[in-house]
Amino acid sequence: MNSPRHSPLVRAMTLTVFVLLCAQAAFAHPQKGEAVGFLTGFRHPISGLDHVLAMVAVGLWGAQLGSPAIWVLPVAFPMVMAFGGMLGLMGVPLPGIEYGIALSAILLGAAVMFEVRPPLGVAAALVGFFAIFHGHAHGTELPPGQSALLYSMGFVIATGCLHALGIGIGTVHRWAWGQKALRVAGALVAAGGAFFMWKAVA
Amino acid sequence: MKQADQSRLPLYAFVVFSVVMCALPAEAHLNSTGMGPFYDGLIHFLLSPEDIVPVLALALLAGLRGANYGRRALFTLPVAWFLGGLAGLSASSANPRPFVAAAWFLLLGGLLAADAKISLRMTTALAALLGVYHGYLNGTGMGQFETAAVALLGLVFAVFVLIALAAAFVVRLRANWARIAVRVAGSWIAASGLLMLGWAVRTR
Repeated sequence: MNSPRHSPLVRAMTLTVFVLLCAQAAFAHPQKGEAVGFLTGFRHPISGLDHVLAMVAVGLWGAQLGSPAIWVLPVAFPMVMAFGGMLGLMGVPLPGIEYGIALSAILLGAAVMFEVRPPLGVAAALVGFFAIFHGHAHGTELPPGQSALLYSMGFVIATGCLHALGIGIGTVHRWAWGQKALRVAGALVAAGGAFFMWKAVA
Repeated sequence: MKQADQSRLPLYAFVVFSVVMCALPAEAHLNSTGMGPFYDGLIHFLLSPEDIVPVLALALLAGLRGANYGRRALFTLPVAWFLGGLAGLSASSANPRPFVAAAWFLLLGGLLAADAKISLRMTTALAALLGVYHGYLNGTGMGQFETAAVALLGLVFAVFVLIALAAAFVVRLRANWARIAVRVAGSWIAASGLLMLGWAVRTR
């Protein structure tokens, strides 16, 4: 039984035809990095435990303080953090970033631990002040080649989700045991902050 | 017989190869759904966060202010978008400004977060400006297609549906926490705008 034999040229042409038939339409519109921009941005705030501790502590403190702090603080933090991120992106220097981040966890954790109840403006100013350090650190670490819009949205939404997590945990404040548990959580956050401060100093 | 088949194969291959080489131009702007230009335009809007987020912010803002505001935005924005798109169809190329995109995020997100008591006239002006600007940008990208006007219609239809759903959803919100949640969303949009602004400065 003879099998048909084709010349190398015919085989090459046939192969080329099949490869070309598998071609996909070119979509030039999605911008560079758009596919991974959101996920990279979303992952950034939750990639460092020092950031996570401070952001969850903001939610815990807001839940302890009740309305309107429960929503003012989690709104103030991402806004000011984004401002800090903008400064970092622009290349505006900010000294002592690591100390500021560690100190934020210590002070916010301590505020939850001792259930400190300052006026709303003072609480918002404290949260906003430390948010600049967190935002600046993120802003200077942004990887190149990402979609600015999707990265920014992922970044902010992740921060908001961490605050929401803190608020969710903080809802146990309505019970006596929950109030004690929150104080313990505040102590853990402060201890974590002290650990990061020690690492920053060492 | 086999020899006859063998001799025809190069001919078939050549014909198919020639057909394949006559490929249509790459669709550089619209994502092709395979369901026609109307749906191409519609899906283009739904896959463009730089278009969706400002529209969503305006819809939420109008919804927070009440049904009158929602209705005004509902009809002003799509009409302005369509007119801007028609103007853009005759333009040669799009030149989107990252600073302007960031400014829209900041402005609309900030107004929403602050629950700003803007007037009906101001809402109309914002909707018209937003629609003309984004419509123009969309139109410039579509100008190379014969069916661009139909795609633009699909896009405007998507804008209409999104703003109708979002504004209607917020108008009926009565619980305080729900309205605050909408304002929190506004703060997130404004915060994204701040970061986009920094990014625009960095990459300038």
